[in-house]
Amino acid sequence: MRGVRRWGPGLLLVSPSIILIAVFVYGLIGWNLRVSTSDWREANRTNGFVGLDVYKELRTDERWSLDLRHLFLFTIAFVVGTLVFGWLLALLLDKGVKGEGFFRSIYLFPMAVSFIASGIVWRWLMNPAPGDRASGLNVVFDKLGVGFLSNQWWQHPEWGALALALPAVWALSGYVMALFLAGFRGVPEELREAARMDGASEWRVYRHVVFPFLRPVTLAALIIIGHISIKVFDLIVAIGGKQIVTEVPAIYMWVLIYDARDYAKGAAIATLLLVGISILIIPYLVYTVRQERRT
Amino acid sequence: MSTTTAAPPAVAPIQGRSRRRRIARATPLKYAVLIGFAIIVLTPVYVLLVTSFKTIDEIDPAHAWSLPQTLTFDAWRQAWTQLSPSMQNSFKLAIPATILSCVLGSMNGFVLSKWRFPGADLIFTFFLFGMFIPYQAVMIPLSLLLDDIHFPAGIPRLIFAHVVYGIPITALIFRNYYSTIPDDLMEAARMDRAGMLRTYWSVILPLSAPAFVVAAIWQFTSIWNDFLFAVFLITDPAKWPVTVALNNTAGSLVTPFNLQMSAALLASLPTLIVYILLGRFFMRGLMAGALKG
Repeated sequence: MRGVRRWGPGLLLVSPSIILIAVFVYGLIGWNLRVSTSDWREANRTNGFVGLDVYKELRTDERWSLDLRHLFLFTIAFVVGTLVFGWLLALLLDKGVKGEGFFRSIYLFPMAVSFIASGIVWRWLMNPAPGDRASGLNVVFDKLGVGFLSNQWWQHPEWGALALALPAVWALSGYVMALFLAGFRGVPEELREAARMDGASEWRVYRHVVFPFLRPVTLAALIIIGHISIKVFDLIVAIGGKQIVTEVPAIYMWVLIYDARDYAKGAAIATLLLVGISILIIPYLVYTVRQERRT
Repeated sequence: MSTTTAAPPAVAPIQGRSRRRRIARATPLKYAVLIGFAIIVLTPVYVLLVTSFKTIDEIDPAHAWSLPQTLTFDAWRQAWTQLSPSMQNSFKLAIPATILSCVLGSMNGFVLSKWRFPGADLIFTFFLFGMFIPYQAVMIPLSLLLDDIHFPAGIPRLIFAHVVYGIPITALIFRNYYSTIPDDLMEAARMDRAGMLRTYWSVILPLSAPAFVVAAIWQFTSIWNDFLFAVFLITDPAKWPVTVALNNTAGSLVTPFNLQMSAALLASLPTLIVYILLGRFFMRGLMAGALKG
C-alpha cells in the first residue's frame, strides 16, 4: 500500500501521455489495419470486411513492384553513401583538427533544412536537360572536361532512384558522422595507448582496437538510415512530385488517397511500410533498452 | 558533446618524433579533404544565394553558376509576398506545439527516470516505438478520428498531432538528461518529505534548462520542416504551413528559378537561424534520436 502511495502519483502524471500513445499510436495502427481489410475503395466511406484481398492485389500490381525497386535502389545508395561519408568524416575529425567545431557545423547544417527546400535546389542541380539546355551539375561536368558524366539523373528510367539518393546522402552524412564521432571518442584512450606501447602502428591501433568498438554504432547508423529510407516522402515530392519515374511506396499511398480515393489500398501500403520498419526497429529497441538496464 | 581535442600523450621520445612526423605529413591532405567536403556540402547554398539575387534574364542555363551581374531583390520580395501568410501559419503552429511538447516531455522524463513506477521501462519502450513508426500507418484513421470527434480544423489539428507524436522523442531527451542528475538530490527532497510535484518543481525543474533547449530546438525544427502531417491534415490552403506552400508555389515547374531559390531560402531561414545560434544543442538532440545519451 505504501508502495502505491509512493509511485502512484508518478503513474498518474504520465497517464495522459500513456493514453494518448495507446490511442494515437497503437489504436490507430489497429484501425488502419482494419481499413486495409475493408472494401473502402472510393470516396464514400464503407466498412465491409474483405480480408487480405487488397494485399493480394498488390502482389500482382506492377506499379507497386516498380515502387519497391525504386525504394530498394534508393536505400542501397542512401545507406552506403551516408555510412561511407559519415565514417570517413568522423575518422578525419577523430584525432582533433583545428576548427573541428567549424567543420562539424558545416557537415551537419543540412539537417536543419527541410527536405522540401533542399529538394528544390537539388532538382536544379540534377537538371536532366541535355546539350545547350543543360543546367546544374551537368554544366559543371562539361566545364571540368568530364562531360561523359553528364546524365539524366533522377529522370533515368532504370537507375534514377540512385540519383534521388544523392540529396539524401547530402542531408544525412553529417548525422552519421556525428554518430561515428561519438563512437570514436567512446574508445578508452588507455586501450589505444596500450596498443601503441606494444608497438602497434597508428593504422593497426585503428584496425584492431578502435574499429571493433564501432560495431554497435555502425549497427545503429544502419538501422536509423534504413528506417528513414523506408519512410522517404518529402524529398521525393519536392524533386519528382507524382511522376512515376521517382515513385516510392509512400508516394503511391499518397496518390491513392488523394487522387484515386482508394483508402483500403492506401492503408494496406501504410501497413506494409510499418511492417518493414518494425522488422528493423523492434529488435534494436529491445536490445538498446536491455543494454541500458544492464548498466 | 565533448569537443576537447586531446593533446598527444607523452610517449618515448623517438616514437613520439616519428608519430608526430607521420601526423604532420598527413595533415595537409587531411585538411584538403575536409575543406573539399565542406565545399561540396555548401554548394547548394551557393546556388540558392546566387540564383535568388538574379534577375529573370540571368537565370538561363548559360549563366547558371556565375555570380549575378545585377543584384536584385525582386525574387526575394516576390517570395515574401507569396510565403508570408504561410510563414505566419508555421509560427502559429510551431511555437505552441513546441512549448506543449516540452512541458509534457519534462514531466514524462522526470517520472520515467526519477519517480519510477513498476513497468516504467516497458511503458518507455512502448513510447519509443511511436518515434520510429511511419506516420502513414496512422494517417488515414487519424484524420477520420479528428473528423468524427469534430476536432477544430486547421492549425489546431497540426498542433495536436505534433504534440502527440512528439511525446516519445521529448520523453527520451528529458529522461536521458534527468538520469544524469544525482539521486542524492532526490534523497534530500525525500528527507524533507517533499511530495512528487514539489520535488519536480523545486529540485528538478530549476536544473532543466539545457534539456528544455535541446527538446525545444528539436521539436521546433521538425515541426517547422514537417510536410507529411500538413499535407494530410490541412485541407484549407489558407492554413497551409510554409513547407506545403513552398512546395506548391516554388515547387511548380513554371516558377522561375530565382523565385524558387529565394522562396526555399526564406522558408528555411527560421530553422537555419536557430541552428547557427544554438547548433551545439541541436547536435545533442540528434544524438538522442539515436537513443544515445
